[in-house]
Amino acid sequence: MQGDFAQPASGRHAGGGRLARNVMRNLGESGIEMLLFAAAAVSVLTTLGIVYVLVSESINFFGRVPLLDFLTDTQWTPLFYDAHFGIMVLVSGTAVSSLVALAVAVPMGTVIAIYLSEFANSTVREVAKPVLELLGGIPTIVFGYFALLMVTPALQRIFPRLPGFSLLSAGLVMGVMIVPYVASLSEDAMRAVPMSLREGSYGMGATRLHTALHVVVPAAFSGLAASYVLAISRAVGETMILAVAAGMRPSLTWNPAEPAATITSYIVQVALGDLPHGSLGYQTIFAAGLTLLLITLVFNILGQWLRRKFRENY
Amino acid sequence: MPSPLPDAGRVRALIARGKLKDTLFQAVGIVFLAVGLLVIFLLVGDMAIRGAARLNPDFFTHFASRRAAQAGILSAWVGTLLVMLVTALAAVPLGVAAGVYLEEYARRNWMTEIIEINISNLAAVPSIIYGLLSLGVFVYALGLGQSILTAGLTLALLILPIVIVSTREAVRAIPESIREASMAVGATRWQTCRHHIIPYAMPGVLTGVIIGLARAIGETAPIITVGALTFIAFLPPMPFAEIGAGDRAGLFDWLMSPFTVMPIQVFNWTSRPDPAFEVNAAAAGFVLMVMVLSMNGVAIWLRYKMRKNIKW
Repeated sequence: MQGDFAQPASGRHAGGGRLARNVMRNLGESGIEMLLFAAAAVSVLTTLGIVYVLVSESINFFGRVPLLDFLTDTQWTPLFYDAHFGIMVLVSGTAVSSLVALAVAVPMGTVIAIYLSEFANSTVREVAKPVLELLGGIPTIVFGYFALLMVTPALQRIFPRLPGFSLLSAGLVMGVMIVPYVASLSEDAMRAVPMSLREGSYGMGATRLHTALHVVVPAAFSGLAASYVLAISRAVGETMILAVAAGMRPSLTWNPAEPAATITSYIVQVALGDLPHGSLGYQTIFAAGLTLLLITLVFNILGQWLRRKFRENY
Repeated sequence: MPSPLPDAGRVRALIARGKLKDTLFQAVGIVFLAVGLLVIFLLVGDMAIRGAARLNPDFFTHFASRRAAQAGILSAWVGTLLVMLVTALAAVPLGVAAGVYLEEYARRNWMTEIIEINISNLAAVPSIIYGLLSLGVFVYALGLGQSILTAGLTLALLILPIVIVSTREAVRAIPESIREASMAVGATRWQTCRHHIIPYAMPGVLTGVIIGLARAIGETAPIITVGALTFIAFLPPMPFAEIGAGDRAGLFDWLMSPFTVMPIQVFNWTSRPDPAFEVNAAAAGFVLMVMVLSMNGVAIWLRYKMRKNIKW
C-alpha cells in the first residue's frame, strides 16, 4: 500500500507499474480468499468424513449381519461365540438413561430459565449465568466419578437394593449436567418475547408468575420445545458418565435401577479392548456409531425445525 | 342485586395469594440454582478431601504405577499439555480463518448456506462420533497411529465450531464504519481484515478459544475411542534429546509418540475395583477440575471485561 504513495505519479511507466501492481494485488487477494474458503470448507469435510467412515464400515458390517437381525434381535453379544447383534438392547439403555436425565433437566432448567428471565434482577443474573456456565463446563469424566462414588452410595442409603452400577444414578447426574444447556436456551427464547406482551398482562392485573406461565411461556413455546429436543440429543450422545457409573453389561431393560450398556458406553468398552482393525467386533462400533448419529441427527433437525417453524413474528 | 364490585376483602386475599405464589416460585428458582452451585462445591470439595493425601509434589513427578500409593500423573499432565498445544495450533488458525471468511468474504449463496448449516449441526454431534471419525481417518487411513498428533487433531475438529462461532460473533460486533474507513483509504479486503478486523476481534476470539480448550481438556470419549493406551510410564521424546546410542530425537518426534491424558488417567483409576485407586482418581480429578474451572473463569472474566471496555 505504501508503494502506491511512494511512486511518483508521472510518466507512462508509472501507470503501467500501477496496473501490474494491481494485478498482483488482486491475485494475492483472491489467493487469500481461496485459503479462507478452504478453512471454512474443513467443517464440511469433517461431516463428509464422519458420514463416509461410519457408512463404509457399517456397509461391511451389514454385509455380515442382516439389517433385520440388527433391529429385532433382543440380545447384544457381539464378542461371544454365539454372537447376537440386537441394537435394541443398547438403545433401551440409552433411552432409559436419557429419560431419567430429562426428568431432572427439563423441570430444573425451565424453572431456572423462567426465574432468570422473569424474576431475577441483573445482579442475580450476573452471578447465576457464570455459575451455570461453570457447571456446564465440568468434564463429563468428573461427573462420572461423582455419579459412581457419591450419588450411587447416597441413593443406596435410600434404596438399599440399588446395585453399584445403575442407569438411575448415571441419568440423574447427566440431568444435572444438561440443566445449564436447557436453562440458557430456554432463557434466550423467553427473552425474545417482547415486553409489550408482559405489560399487557401486568396491566390486566396479573401477577408475575401468572404472566410468566400464561403469557411468556406460551409465546416462547417453540424455543422451549427446541431446547428440550436438543437436550435429548445431548443426553443420547453422553458417554463417560454412563461408561463409569451405569456398568457396561448389555441388557434389554426398561428399569432405571439396573445396570445396562448404552450405545456410547459400548463403543468405549470395545475401544478399551484391543480389537483388530477390520474384525467384525471392530465394525460393530461403527454400526453402533451410525445408529447414534442418526438418532441425534433426527432430534437436532427436529429441534432446529421447531425453532424456525413456530417462531412467532412480533 | 349483587354489587358490581367484588368486596375489598376478597380482592386483598386474591392479591396476597398471588404474591405468595410469586414468592414461592422465586424460592424454588433460587433453590434450583443453588443445587447447581452445590454440585460444583461438592465435586471440588469431595475430590480435594478424598485426594488430599496424594496431592503432593511427588504426585506430579511420578509415572502411573500398579501400586496406588506410588502412582502419579506425570505422563498424564505432560500428555494433556502437548495434546492441547496441537489442538490450539490446529483449531485457532482454521477457526479464525473460517469465521472471517463467513463474515467478511462469503456471498449469500447456497454454498455459504451449506457451510453454516453444517457448522451448527457439527456442534451438536456427540464427541464420541469424532472419536470414530478419527479412528477411521487419522489412525488407519492416514496411518498416524494412536499418537499425540491424532488426539490433538481430533480435539481440534471437535472445538472448531466453538472457535468459528465466537470469531463470527466478535467480527460481527465490529461496526461497519471501521471497514468503510479502511477501504476508503485504499486498503483491500484482506488488508482491512489483517490490520483491523482480526486484531479488534481478538479478545472475543480468545474467549472462544479458551472455552473450546477447556472443553477439549476434559474430553475423554474421543481419545479412548482412538485407542489411546492407559498405562504409559515414559514421556514423549524431547526435541534433540539422546535416545539410545548416538541417536537424537527429531524436532517433531514427540508428535508421533504414544501418550495418556488427565481425563483418561481419572477414568482408569475410577474404574478400578481397588478402593486405594479412588484416592488417586480424586486427586487427579481435582487437578483436572482446577485446570478446567480456572480456564472457564479466565474466559468469563475476559468477557466481562470486554463488555465493560469496548464501546464503539
